[in-house]
Amino acid sequence: MKPWIVLAGLSAALLAGCGANVNRTQAVYILVDTSGTYAKEIGKAQNVVNYVLGTLQPGDSLAVGRVKSRSFTEKDIVAKVTLNRDPIQANGQKRIFGGQIATFAKSSQAGGGSRYTDITGGMMQGAEFLHETGARTKTLIIFSDMQEELDYKTKRDFPIKLEGIRIIALNVTKLDTDNVDPRRYTGRLEWWEQRAREAGASDWRVVNDLEHLERVFSNRG
Amino acid sequence: MSSLLIWPGKPLLSLLVLLAIAVPFLYAARTPMQDFIHRLTRAICNPLRLASHWFAQTAYRLQARNREVLFAHGGHELKLTIDRELERVSSMVERDLQGYPAMQRKLMDEITHIEEDYKRSAEVPPPPPEWVKAIEELAKIKAGGDGVVERILGDIRKSLDGIYQKVVAEYRRAYEERHSILKRFLPFWRAAGQTLSQVERNITGLQDSAAKIDTNVDRLEAIFAKRADAEHALITSASTQMFISGLVMLIAFGGAYVNFKLISLPMSAMVGGGDYVTESLRASEVAALVIVLFETLMGLFLMESLRFTNLFPLSGITERMRKNLMWVSLSILLVLAGVEVALAVMRDQIIAADVALKATLGGGAPVAAADVGWVTKIPTAGQMILGFTLPFALAFVAIPLEYCINSGRIVLGALLVLTLRGLGFALRVTATLTKEAGKLLGVFYDVLIFAPLAIERWIARARNSAKGAAPEGKVRLGKLSARTEEAI
Repeated sequence: MKPWIVLAGLSAALLAGCGANVNRTQAVYILVDTSGTYAKEIGKAQNVVNYVLGTLQPGDSLAVGRVKSRSFTEKDIVAKVTLNRDPIQANGQKRIFGGQIATFAKSSQAGGGSRYTDITGGMMQGAEFLHETGARTKTLIIFSDMQEELDYKTKRDFPIKLEGIRIIALNVTKLDTDNVDPRRYTGRLEWWEQRAREAGASDWRVVNDLEHLERVFSNRG
Repeated sequence: MSSLLIWPGKPLLSLLVLLAIAVPFLYAARTPMQDFIHRLTRAICNPLRLASHWFAQTAYRLQARNREVLFAHGGHELKLTIDRELERVSSMVERDLQGYPAMQRKLMDEITHIEEDYKRSAEVPPPPPEWVKAIEELAKIKAGGDGVVERILGDIRKSLDGIYQKVVAEYRRAYEERHSILKRFLPFWRAAGQTLSQVERNITGLQDSAAKIDTNVDRLEAIFAKRADAEHALITSASTQMFISGLVMLIAFGGAYVNFKLISLPMSAMVGGGDYVTESLRASEVAALVIVLFETLMGLFLMESLRFTNLFPLSGITERMRKNLMWVSLSILLVLAGVEVALAVMRDQIIAADVALKATLGGGAPVAAADVGWVTKIPTAGQMILGFTLPFALAFVAIPLEYCINSGRIVLGALLVLTLRGLGFALRVTATLTKEAGKLLGVFYDVLIFAPLAIERWIARARNSAKGAAPEGKVRLGKLSARTEEAI
């Protein structure tokens, strides 16, 4: 074997190692509905957050925000983290984040739900966070029944911007009124899908089977 | 297609009518069409034949070159073997000859001892003194009833008995002494026997080496004479070597993969866990690969500097430089092995932390590992040992690599020759098939216009039969018939 072949191979490997990195980071914003009767679903939401936390890689970002009567504010971000490049430090960050979410879940169950449900405000807040991370894959998970209820002062009837964001509606429970007329449920989901796609969302999915979350989060990007 | 049919409902009839219309035109265009088919066939055939010829020539040249390389390589290998054997013989002879004077002295001493002892054992008691004869004479005197004589004889008998007892005792003692001398022989005999056995062994070893050298010299002569049997043996040997070295390299590749897996995860702590070089290749994996490649490279240099392999042209460097290279590559290899040990420990920690985190996130409290003492440390210790030994084990891949490259050149060369010959043969077959297809096409063309050709032949025959008819017309029709026959 000629030495130049070995050196060329090593140089190529080194160049590849030192070359421009491909951005494969992902950012996830989980919007948890804590309004009204849906507040009792917070335990499931905690499980979802923990699952997502377990799948994240160093460099990824995660934030959990809550849906209240008016949700377009940083105060409604319960916890957020961008994981360190070092896997051991990232592990510690995940541990702390898991603790914060556990505390939030306990306080939500004890405190009861808000009167109104501002899903749009929460989505706008989530989109802002996701864009700021600069991640390649941006995912907005909405853990809600998707029934928006606003007070008369809150204005949300304008086009929103969700470019490049994948939206997953999780655990969209049926309301009593949906049981009376199922078209209300499907109509509600169709309205939200249309609104998300018009806002530039890259994907819209509804997942009610929380037992198979790996199907949703299996592919990065 | 259906638009071409005169009666779409009757395709066969339509085609026949079309053919009937086309036949006069086809007959009129027969000569240029036959010429066209002929030229087209040649245009395809000639390049194919040319390419086939080129492939055959290249295969021939390559085979000759391969043969040269094969003989050169085989000769070089055999020379090295003979050199090594001669070196062995030389060291054996040197060692034995160096010890030979001492061995000879020892042997001579032992022989002298044996001779002396033999001589001493051969000594017999001195013969009886001269007075024995006098006594014998006295013994002949008859007593005759003389009391004095009888008394004298009685005294003499007594004296003789006493002397006899003394002599016998002396004789026995002398025999005992000789026996003891003979007993002392034994170790000397044994020592002499062992020395001679050692000499025999050395001589046998020399004979074996000489026989090996003879065999190798014969093979070398066959190689220099470029005999076919030597070529065949060398090719077979190269194929076997390539197969064995390939197998060994495959095993080494498995080791390298294990090594890679061992360090790729902890490398993420050093180069960043979420960094990707390509869509699917992590920076930590590339870094781990570079480490493994560097270890292999250092192993190559180490084997080269230790003269186990001859992959690089290092013949120009001095012995001191070679030694320096050996120490440098060994030091780097040691450092890399140490790094791998550290990474193995880190890997264990990362995995343990990950398992604990997942247990916590799963809802339960972190489960403390059952305390079973040193048993829990076995995987970590195993990883550390693997991390330290694998780089050194990888270093030995240089030896099969050298064999693989050397034999691969020969085997791949032979395969290339076969491929070129196969391609040449395929092109030649294609050219022949094309030529025959062209001929067949010409005949098929004539089959389509068989009616006008038949009329032409009939007219020609009629004109031929009418003797004295115009010769020009006969000649012209005769030429046409000849062309038709040529086409057929």
